[in-house]
Amino acid sequence: MPYDCIVLAKQVPDTKAVGANAMNPDGTVNRAALPAVFNPEDLNALELALQIRDIYGGSVTVITMGLPKACDILREALYRGADRVILLTDRRAAASDTLATSYILSCAIRRLARYDLILCGRQAIDGDTAQVGPQVAEKLHLPQVTYVEKLESLDGMTLTVRRNIGAGWERLRVNLPVLLTVMDIANQPRPAGAKRLMKYKKAQAPAELGPSPDPATLDHLGRRGLLIEQWNLDDVCADLRWCGRDGSPTKVHRIQSVVLRASGFKQVSPTDDGIRRLVHELIEDHTIG
Amino acid sequence: MINVNRQGEVWVFAEQTDSRLSEVSLELLSKGRALADSLNVKLAAVLPGRNVRPLCQDLIACGADKVYLVEHDLLADYQATSYARTLCQLIEKHQPQIVLYGATALGRDLAPRVASALRAGLTADCTDLQIGDYTVPQSQDVHRNLLLQIRPAFGGNIIATIVNFDRWPQMATVREGVMPLPMRDGRATGQVLCEAVSLTPADLPVQRLDRQHAEKKVNLKAARIIVAGGAGVGSRENFRLIWDLANCLGGAAAGSRAAVDLGFIDHDHQVGQTGTTVRPALYIAVGISGAVQHVAGMAESAKILAINSDSEAPIFQTAHYGIVGDLNDVVPRLIKAIRAKA
Repeated sequence: MPYDCIVLAKQVPDTKAVGANAMNPDGTVNRAALPAVFNPEDLNALELALQIRDIYGGSVTVITMGLPKACDILREALYRGADRVILLTDRRAAASDTLATSYILSCAIRRLARYDLILCGRQAIDGDTAQVGPQVAEKLHLPQVTYVEKLESLDGMTLTVRRNIGAGWERLRVNLPVLLTVMDIANQPRPAGAKRLMKYKKAQAPAELGPSPDPATLDHLGRRGLLIEQWNLDDVCADLRWCGRDGSPTKVHRIQSVVLRASGFKQVSPTDDGIRRLVHELIEDHTIG
Repeated sequence: MINVNRQGEVWVFAEQTDSRLSEVSLELLSKGRALADSLNVKLAAVLPGRNVRPLCQDLIACGADKVYLVEHDLLADYQATSYARTLCQLIEKHQPQIVLYGATALGRDLAPRVASALRAGLTADCTDLQIGDYTVPQSQDVHRNLLLQIRPAFGGNIIATIVNFDRWPQMATVREGVMPLPMRDGRATGQVLCEAVSLTPADLPVQRLDRQHAEKKVNLKAARIIVAGGAGVGSRENFRLIWDLANCLGGAAAGSRAAVDLGFIDHDHQVGQTGTTVRPALYIAVGISGAVQHVAGMAESAKILAINSDSEAPIFQTAHYGIVGDLNDVVPRLIKAIRAKA
């Protein structure tokens, strides 16, 4: 039977490629200096959704909450085979912590109404909290399975997965609908398809066309299937009290650049003599026996 | 959320699997004790499960003033929905001001679900917890004696202090090994409070078919000497240098996350924020640059020796001794010198 999958994806700064100008002099993060990427584990979640569709049929819808430039990852989702992509963008969602973000995403999912599985990456490489997945599940009153490393079987409405528990694994069975968070070890995300890339690199959301997009342009994109759907907080009936800074219980008090201790190390010469003296010192103070 | 309750207790979620308490729960009790003393409130452990009553004494011996024991057949095996319901019911009833969880696969599955249900704040993977004050920038309102939730963020490039002044309880998860294990006091006394909770089979949508627990191959936390290799070692074959040096010192071999990701050594040997936190008498970092996430896992080692060909490598800022040189040359010399003295 076919399954309708929703994938929650996030565009994140590439924290693995942090260079010297990543930090502003005042200690805040210089996001403009960092390339933005599809959160790696969300790509694994998308891949799992696409594999399910390849085998059983159905649909894959990808939603991202972010600035208009997050459309970059929606296009990447289209290149890989997503059927439908939605940009959830609204200034009033800025400064949302995981609770506010999961609330907004759950409102969007409720608007979609029809789904069998919700998939997202285990965690994002900027926040590293792994909280949004379980919090979305709770808000939708769905069971959750986190740290999914393998989908073992999908039989009607019954799903069997293998979950990573750190030192080992467990096999779990649950009925749909369910939310899964997917680990990097679950699969190897497929690359963009050449034909799909050629077609969808022209896809855009209204917000990318400036403050007053020309209706003719929007119409033209729409008729070619290249208009990325765009929702704001009103479209998903979000209560603003639970969004943005006001909806976020956790507040950043302080951010500090990593303060490295003043260099106070004893320089040891990389020669036999220098090393012998070091070993002697470590034996003298009983560090080594 | 619950009301801001200044008389609220400090709680630690006592995680147990097959009636064995996880070490991180005990570590959290030592930190919880300090926080509770600072706030002048009681420290309690919350222990859901089935046939887990004997564990109460361990929790009390490790510093809990009280244990909220929740025994129920439906709590025999962990599951997010049933355990989250249990925690929520207890939190709403007793209104603790702080709840701490180990950042294990279980804790990271459970804590966000509780936070969502309570609409309370949660900070993951804290590397430090303190009590302090916070002034709201816009209004200049001052909130005293909040839980300061400190953690690296943004790929480890910054340290963030997070607070939650009005959506209580204040909750945080902490990884194993970050806080020290408490001293056990067998003569300590405390209260065991049996709590009832309302659960139905509908709270257990997930069925566990089987589980395989792989015992860790190495106990890094117990090692007195650790020799760790980083990406600079170059290959799994060349990691032999690390094993040789560890062996001649009677120590354990370890690796940075980069080394593990590159396949030089297994994840069980990983030191760092997402690996194990260690405090050995001697930590030798070979070909490790010293990224924050790694340093977070070994900075409290009594003595640190860094070997790196890059004199600018951040690891030298944390080291007590540093050798700037090619590890392929330095490590054999070090092994030779150690064997000569032995």
